[in-house]
Amino acid sequence: MVVMMQRHMLHWRYRVWRGSGLGMEPSDKAVKEHPRLELSGITKAFPGVIANSDVSFKVAPGEIHALLGENGAGKSTLVKQIYGILKPDSGAIVWDGREVDVPSPHAARTLGIGMVFQHFSLFEAMTVLDNVALGMDDPGKDRAALAKRIREVSESYGLPLDPAREVHTLSVGERQRIEVVRCLLQSPRLLVMDEPTSVLTPQEVGKLFETLRKLKAEGCSILYISHKLNEIKELCDQATILRGGKVVAACDPREETARSMAQLMIGAEFRSVARREAGKGTGPIRMELKALSMAPEMAHGVPLKSINLSLRGGEILGIAGVAGNGQGDLLAAIAGERKAATPGAVIVDGKPVGRLGPAARRKLGLCTVPEERNGHGAVPDMSLTDNAMLSAHKRMGFMKGGFLDTAKARGFAAEVIKRFDVRTPGTETAAGSLSGGNLQKFIVGREILQKPEILVVAQPTWGVDAAAAATIQQALVDLAGTGSAILVISQDLDELLTLSDRIAVINAGQVSEAMPASTVSVEEIGLLMGGIHGTPEKGAA
Amino acid sequence: MNIDTILPMLLTVIAAATPLLLASIGELVTEKSGVLNLGVEGMMLVGAVIAFAVTVGSGSALLGIIAAAFAGITLSLVFGLLTLTLMANQVATGLALTIFGIGVSSLIGSSYIGTPVEKLGALSIPGISDLPVIGPLLFGHDILVYGSVAMTVLVAWFLKSSRAGLILRAVGESDLSAHSIGYDVIKVRYLAVMFGGLCSGIAGAYLSLSYTPMWVEGMTAGRGWIALALVAFASWRPWRVLGGAYIFGGVTILQLYLQGSGGIGIPSQVMNMLPYLATIIVLTVISAGPWRGRLDAPACLGKPFRPAS
Ligand SMILES: Nc1ncnc2c1ncn2[C@@H]1O[C@H](COP(=O)(O)OP(=O)(O)OP(=O)(O)O)[C@@H](O)[C@H]1O
Ligand SMILES: [Mg+2]
Repeated sequence: MVVMMQRHMLHWRYRVWRGSGLGMEPSDKAVKEHPRLELSGITKAFPGVIANSDVSFKVAPGEIHALLGENGAGKSTLVKQIYGILKPDSGAIVWDGREVDVPSPHAARTLGIGMVFQHFSLFEAMTVLDNVALGMDDPGKDRAALAKRIREVSESYGLPLDPAREVHTLSVGERQRIEVVRCLLQSPRLLVMDEPTSVLTPQEVGKLFETLRKLKAEGCSILYISHKLNEIKELCDQATILRGGKVVAACDPREETARSMAQLMIGAEFRSVARREAGKGTGPIRMELKALSMAPEMAHGVPLKSINLSLRGGEILGIAGVAGNGQGDLLAAIAGERKAATPGAVIVDGKPVGRLGPAARRKLGLCTVPEERNGHGAVPDMSLTDNAMLSAHKRMGFMKGGFLDTAKARGFAAEVIKRFDVRTPGTETAAGSLSGGNLQKFIVGREILQKPEILVVAQPTWGVDAAAAATIQQALVDLAGTGSAILVISQDLDELLTLSDRIAVINAGQVSEAMPASTVSVEEIGLLMGGIHGTPEKGAA
Repeated sequence: MNIDTILPMLLTVIAAATPLLLASIGELVTEKSGVLNLGVEGMMLVGAVIAFAVTVGSGSALLGIIAAAFAGITLSLVFGLLTLTLMANQVATGLALTIFGIGVSSLIGSSYIGTPVEKLGALSIPGISDLPVIGPLLFGHDILVYGSVAMTVLVAWFLKSSRAGLILRAVGESDLSAHSIGYDVIKVRYLAVMFGGLCSGIAGAYLSLSYTPMWVEGMTAGRGWIALALVAFASWRPWRVLGGAYIFGGVTILQLYLQGSGGIGIPSQVMNMLPYLATIIVLTVISAGPWRGRLDAPACLGKPFRPAS
């Protein structure tokens, strides 16, 4: 039977590969009559949580099927079972009308399932070519031929990639391309994408969608997870909505609004953040950057070029920009993780701090939330209490006579969990076992609740569901209301327009003049983001 | 100084470098898979005593070497069971392995102290091995000397060009990614740990059968630790490990020669430090230089991996 299936697969691959697979031929009855994928009664429990409970739905051939749900609803867990990384406790996976066992990702790929992960499954120190080869079951002996195929396929789908580049030198968008191209090379019949766009720029999203529509036209089904409901409306034919691990609704996204889908997800009224009124944020200047220049930390990065910026109390200043234009280094320079050449390049409340480290700056009231969550913003193997303690022990007074006051820290962690609706069994859970969005809520919440006088935050709602994003944004607005100065670095223009009093744009390591958000248009910012420099995808084309 | 004094010196350099090279190349493979096994010294000692005992008992050095390899593999399997299956701390387990190895080897070896054994014979090629200078220098060694160099070539090729090597590096680079693509992280690490054990065992065999053909308690004299340091200072690159091992061997012999020839007024303790110092300096300068490779250390080195299922 296995042999038969493989033969069937080969036939299929060949057809898709030659691009002749438009629509179903009449002879392809087996494919036509059955859904490509059918889940029936999938249940999966982790210690303390039931991540999936009796989940059933179908994905038709050539359908783009959305999987929606709040953070922690069990979306990633579900697709990991489809890809053979996790084993269901009970339930069946039916593929082309036949019940199958998917014991491993190899088995999934043999069936024709490809997967793009929420947290990338890449190897930083290796080349694009190695990464692609590792993700294929039979990459062949000839590396040059594989490199050529990578170039061909990536270009024909509008996702140019240079096989020789090492992954750590690539932008987030380019990294994601590796995952996509790795799947495309194996001509998948079902592509699972777990939040592929949460880190992409609008242009990159546009390109990705073109690719996905092309795949759909070739008969490939797509199971698509995202929190960006407008994108779901634009792209998907069907949606299944999970809440607390159960299927609570199914709908046609084209006939819903983003708001109505958000309400289906949370099962309650959805409250969005009101745009800030103009004219706020006229307090004293709290932080200044003066001609801040810095070499990039990573090879292939862009240097920061003479950045001038001032941030007032009570103000939210947004910095828009395509990822990889120096945001990481800018944040590190402000946080103190990287020191400026002169003390005067970074000024906090009139004090030059350019040569001070992160702890000293934190003491002065400057808190930062970095972009990478695991390993940078949180220690994955440590409990939430310990993670809270790490960043907040000074400001929140968790020290008692030279010892750590664990009870107090636990109380603080519990408050973060409550205020920001972090879905987790408790304060002693390891940070790494939280779902992506919940970890983000915890990290951002941890900083906001410390009531920093100056808060610098990158991508505050990255991977966070609509309701939780609104909570985080509201908390930022409230914090600014108490007089704190806030700098938000993000590529989500809608978010910046909602939150900010002023918006500046970072492009190729330069930061533009900040403009009042009430008068600036999306087009204007979009143009500046592209800059004279164009997109930062040099070398990849 | 003439060729007659230099030649024996060069030969001893090779002899001093070989056990280091063997042990380091094995540990390099282990570490590339993300496992830090600090038990090298212990595995070498057990390898040394088992090789000695089996050679004395059977009269066959080859059997001795094979037995040493198996002894190394067995100890490394114990290490693997504790750290990979039972998730024990790698550093603590490695240290325990070394202490265990010291104890067990002196227990087994107590009855062999003072027993003679025939030095491992050189593989000689009639004609060529008799050539002046070149003959003894290149063609007059035992099988383990050639084996160590061959092993380096093999490991360098394996890591750089084979698919299995790519997977091994991937596992050491990101166990989570490797797991989610579908590689059996634990299995790969077991194999890498076993290779490390095999090499350490053989390195021990070289010490007790060739370098000083006898059994002395604690005869590795810290070479296992040097091998460990060598791997890191060589930035996990096989050819640099080879270079490092030979520099170490070279300076060891040089300082012994200087001390023996009446000295130049430097305290012998300082002279004894020289090989370590020289090796560290040379390799540090290399790995700090402009031609250094970025991100050389396997990113998951020493981290336990527990897959969710
Ligand atoms: N390995 C694990 N061990 C224990 N609990 C886990 C594990 N993986 C996930 N969980 C829990 O299972 C639940 C579902 O998590 P999952 O990652 O599937 O959510 P999600 O819907 O993908 O959320 P997000 O939108 O934030 O990515 C969460 O409560 C999470 O904490
Ligand atoms: Mg998820």
